Amino acid sequence: MAKKKTIRTIPQQRTPMREQEPHERVNNFAEVACGFRVEDALNEAERCLLCPEQPCVAGCPVGIDIPGFIQKLTAKDYRGAFDVLTDTNLLPAICGRVCPQETQCEEVCTVGDTLEPVAIGRLERWVGDKAIAEGWVNIPYIEPSDFKIGIVGSGPAGVACAADMAKAGCDVTVFEAFHQPGGVLRYGIPDFRLPNEVIDAEVNNLSKLGVKFECNTLVGRLFTIEQMIDEMGYDAVFVGTGAGYPSMLGIPGDSLNGVLSANELLTRCNLMRAKEFPNYDTPLPHGQRVAVIGAGNTAMDAMRVCLRLGAEKVYCIYRRSRTECPARAEEVHHAEEEGVEFHWLTNPVAVLDDGKGGVRGMRCIRMELGEPDDSGRRRPIPVAGSEHDFETDLVVFAIGTNANPIMGQTSTLKLNKRGYIEADENLATSVAGVFAGGDIVTGAATVIEAMGAGRKAARSMKTYLGIRDIDFPYAAEGRDSTNKLFGIDLRERNFARVRVVAMAKP
Amino acid sequence: MSRFEIVAREDFSDVTYLLECHHPLMAKAARAGQFVIVMSHEHGERIPLTIADFDRKKGTITLVIQAVGKTTREMQQECKVGTKLYAITGPMGIPSHFDKVKKVACVGGGLGVAPIFPHARAFKESGAYVIGIVGFRTKKLIFWEEKFKSFCDEFIICTDDGSAGIKGMITEGIKLAIQKHPDIDEFVAIGPPVMMKGCAEATRPHNIKTIVSLNPLMVDGTGMCGGCRVKLGDQVKFACVDGPDFDAHKVDFDDLMMRLKRFTKEEKIALERWSASCRMRDQVHVAPAFMMAEVAPEVLAAGGDPLGLPDPFDEARGG
Repeated sequence: MAKKKTIRTIPQQRTPMREQEPHERVNNFAEVACGFRVEDALNEAERCLLCPEQPCVAGCPVGIDIPGFIQKLTAKDYRGAFDVLTDTNLLPAICGRVCPQETQCEEVCTVGDTLEPVAIGRLERWVGDKAIAEGWVNIPYIEPSDFKIGIVGSGPAGVACAADMAKAGCDVTVFEAFHQPGGVLRYGIPDFRLPNEVIDAEVNNLSKLGVKFECNTLVGRLFTIEQMIDEMGYDAVFVGTGAGYPSMLGIPGDSLNGVLSANELLTRCNLMRAKEFPNYDTPLPHGQRVAVIGAGNTAMDAMRVCLRLGAEKVYCIYRRSRTECPARAEEVHHAEEEGVEFHWLTNPVAVLDDGKGGVRGMRCIRMELGEPDDSGRRRPIPVAGSEHDFETDLVVFAIGTNANPIMGQTSTLKLNKRGYIEADENLATSVAGVFAGGDIVTGAATVIEAMGAGRKAARSMKTYLGIRDIDFPYAAEGRDSTNKLFGIDLRERNFARVRVVAMAKP
Repeated sequence: MSRFEIVAREDFSDVTYLLECHHPLMAKAARAGQFVIVMSHEHGERIPLTIADFDRKKGTITLVIQAVGKTTREMQQECKVGTKLYAITGPMGIPSHFDKVKKVACVGGGLGVAPIFPHARAFKESGAYVIGIVGFRTKKLIFWEEKFKSFCDEFIICTDDGSAGIKGMITEGIKLAIQKHPDIDEFVAIGPPVMMKGCAEATRPHNIKTIVSLNPLMVDGTGMCGGCRVKLGDQVKFACVDGPDFDAHKVDFDDLMMRLKRFTKEEKIALERWSASCRMRDQVHVAPAFMMAEVAPEVLAAGGDPLGLPDPFDEARGG
């Protein structure tokens, strides 16, 4: 046993991660954060105290055994680290990139009380990337059960649920309306934050678990949820269709041709590859001076995409101040480095037209912060007489989304008054056998929260179907890589339709 | 048979063609008024196309397409019987309502002639007296006449040049129908925006309920991007999930037409680039080079521009 680490003996500095220089990266769509090298990962892993309280595990929405995988890393057992991670999280390369660790595991890290917290997300990403590079996949032998599971939506909630149900031996099919799987990971998050190859690799891992992906399938319209249960033989269905439906600005000029939602911009650019027009057929509106309204993660993505598409100026217009800004600190920092001009406490009041259906500018008003509102943030109040104009030729709005209406239009699922699907604490909906989770239940949230919901729904599904499941998922195993059964205790084989076989390389 | 395979094709004119695609699930689910999003190949764009017909027994859906831009012209060249489309998603949109109406007029102009057909059929099947009114530029372009007649109690054809039916725009046909039948309960009109606007104006003074099916630019077709937003009075609706059917008397058609021009510049680049690559390919294969020359004069005669690209707004005059 190594000597016990203390806050004094660990490396004091957080290991920096190499990034593309701002002036260089605004000209390309390659990843900004280049990831750790092996020596970086080992150095950073040393910073974990392996404290007995493990606050990070509780801070993680899916409860990853964080000290467990870091311990494997320090022992240079990289495969072991991957095994521990994939016990709870099948998509480490994705989550290591897009999770807001600074408000989750890293926020509560014990090291963080004194020094900078352990860079858990970067370590997770390193292990995920290592696995992709080495072709590691954890494919257990799964004895099939008779249960047939349908998953609606191939975004983070859907794939997390699919993975758990496949591991429980079910025959799982994921339906996706687009022509490629991945949901928001594919259409929403740009390449420089999450390369398509990473999504492909992780989706491929799910396919190896036996999960089938059916693209070009708009559930609700091609067939309904009720038909899946009543006619198509699905024993249970998970609905993870996301929020979607972008909120409109609702100001004069918002239907002009130079005004579009961040969702549209990102979908055209990421999924439809419009940045490679005309080699790809989908066009994209280009702006020289782009105003992006909103300051969430989607807004940051939209701004940075516009810069890479060649915009001279990109403005961020946000009605509150930097303190209230909902985007990850790292994203704001990146956007700032790349030259985005932030206009805090500024609210648009009208988009000005150029007389030809396009945009010539935007009229804004200055705001000040008043008393806290329902969200606990200080309410922005317009400052009388502070109207001023911006010169801009493209306006992108990223001011949140509403519930997508398709499920409500086509099923008997009970909705709440805002149009989201109503689900109980086990994520069961008003229709027996149908579960729902992610943005379509909670409204817009993060990738990892959606994955957490997908896994919770999988747990409820197993209870509903009578498949044995331990209370807290997959906590018992992990430390010992010989015990690779995705959470089902080897000693209890009564209902576990699982048997160990040698792990094969693909 | 594989998914999205083209099982039949018919060419109505130099620019209008029909594709019948294998998709049993879609054939089962489709209702009149719905549309699909098609991608012809992996690098293609997603284009919305109204479902012109569906055959539940054969398990097929029918699309009628007008070759106006790069994608539709490329499809005209590439989509042969036995080939496959890369993706068809749908049926999208809220199906049309066929409430108990006694007398209804189904109006189709230009390309709208095909998608109005399932409406005529559905109204007939629900027991209504159906008046079909369709418009073409000239006699040569007329299609589906018999198909319509079998489901319409009355059938009016308008042509721009008077070579068949009534001479004049489709609004002439509407006037005639209202004159003869002041008790028409409802109009349903599908066609280019200018034509639908004309219909709305023709029925407004008579205060007859008029429904139009809007076809703005779309990306996903599932309510996610907001690109297809349309103005109805002071409301904003998404054609893909809140439509595509809307009350014609509330639709802001000028806004719709302006928004259809969002990518005019890019559309031109794509088309020119594609045409150039076709010419290059044709030169390599020698033979088809004169085929282009053969097509061009006819297109010109039909009112197209020198590129052979009929302006969708021109089409409205025909409709």
